[in-house]
Amino acid sequence: MNWFKYSSPQSFFPLAGTLAFWFGALALAACAAGLYIGFFRAPTDAQQGEAYRIIFIHVPAAWMSMFLYLVMAFWAGLGLAFNTRLSGMMASAIAPTGALFTFLALWTGSLWGKPTWGTWWVWDARLTSELILLFLYFGFMALQAAIDDPRRADKAGAVLALVGVVNIPIIYFSVKWWNTLHQGASVSLTKAPTMAATMLAGMIVMAFGFWFYSIAAALMRARCIMLERERASDWTVEYARGSA
Amino acid sequence: MMAALHCVIHRDLLLAVRRSSDVLTVLLFFVIVVSLFPLGVGPDPALLRTIAPGVIWVAALLASMLALNRMFAADHADGTLEQMLLGVTPLGMTVAAKVLAHWLVSGLPLVLISPVLALQFDFSQEFLGTLMLSLFLGTPVLSLIGAIGAALTLGLRGAGALLSLLVLPLYVPVLIIGAGAAESAVSGLGGQAQLLLLGALLVLAGAFAPWAAAVALRISTE
Repeated sequence: MNWFKYSSPQSFFPLAGTLAFWFGALALAACAAGLYIGFFRAPTDAQQGEAYRIIFIHVPAAWMSMFLYLVMAFWAGLGLAFNTRLSGMMASAIAPTGALFTFLALWTGSLWGKPTWGTWWVWDARLTSELILLFLYFGFMALQAAIDDPRRADKAGAVLALVGVVNIPIIYFSVKWWNTLHQGASVSLTKAPTMAATMLAGMIVMAFGFWFYSIAAALMRARCIMLERERASDWTVEYARGSA
Repeated sequence: MMAALHCVIHRDLLLAVRRSSDVLTVLLFFVIVVSLFPLGVGPDPALLRTIAPGVIWVAALLASMLALNRMFAADHADGTLEQMLLGVTPLGMTVAAKVLAHWLVSGLPLVLISPVLALQFDFSQEFLGTLMLSLFLGTPVLSLIGAIGAALTLGLRGAGALLSLLVLPLYVPVLIIGAGAAESAVSGLGGQAQLLLLGALLVLAGAFAPWAAAVALRISTE
């Protein structure tokens, strides 16, 4: 099978549609199952009561926020190295979903922090680095939005994403050292040492749900970008006529 | 090649001297921002002493960011940059020379004036050396990282605000470690660990940032 066949927008477009549909369906199923486990199966936490249940949104969202940045940088780097059109489109399609999950992780984190720590926000290492990750996503999107020529936008965004990837571990460790150098963390994010198997299962299922959602959302967005950028070519005109 | 680099540095410094108000603006911005803090948070010497390194570092960050726009803009406008792109000297080296020249006129003055500002905050004289050394090692890193941002936003609308959005998150480690050096020196831990880390960041940024900025310049001028 010739994988390069799908590196052209024309042949990838229908495939992306099919994949987006199936991953969307899988995402719905996994999220429904995950929420069911989280709300009806998982036991109440001994220390935090019912408030801990936000973990089923919070932790998978935080995982996805970091993972999506890596995926975005991977596509961006691929585009820069091989000068492929589709890679850049994938990178810009992933960015909003990544920013969404970063925001979701911060938002649910502060909702979780209020009842358990008694504060909406602490300058904990993880919170701070997640906030900076959000800024990095915003920077990437703002840079791409400011450049009119899509090819230049792809490449400039790729350089920024790669510089960001190099920086993420440095940022994470500097924030961690900053916090520990000053004072012992007043609140610890460390969970109870043993986690009930159902809790873990709920979290994993939700993580898969979010993962499939990200794939579906990114592919749908990539389809829109493809149509927009390839609007001069025959296949998009045909597609527009066919769907009109 | 060394002759070409020498020429780039000499030219940029000469241009800066001929238009010295640009250099002074950045320096005055730094001084004014630092002076605003006591007015905002109150003149309590104990509080000022604690926040001094942080305030000076944040102001240095903002001032060096303010100067970034000028790093490539004038050369881009008059076509010099294109000649540099076409030249035989490796572009990364040319960029490194330009960054060095830029730091000499926008970063070094901040380092030199910082002790005066620190004294305004009643910062202990004993640790002025650590503060200056941290700025001396840290501000070149800011210029190096900033060069990537300046190259990426070259010729864009609203480049100034966009540039700050791009580079400020990347400045975070330098800020944390830089301000931490003087703070931990004051607290009796000694600032060596942070100074060594700043040195490491400088080496890392010095090795890779000019190269990334060169790639960005090629993309921006395509």
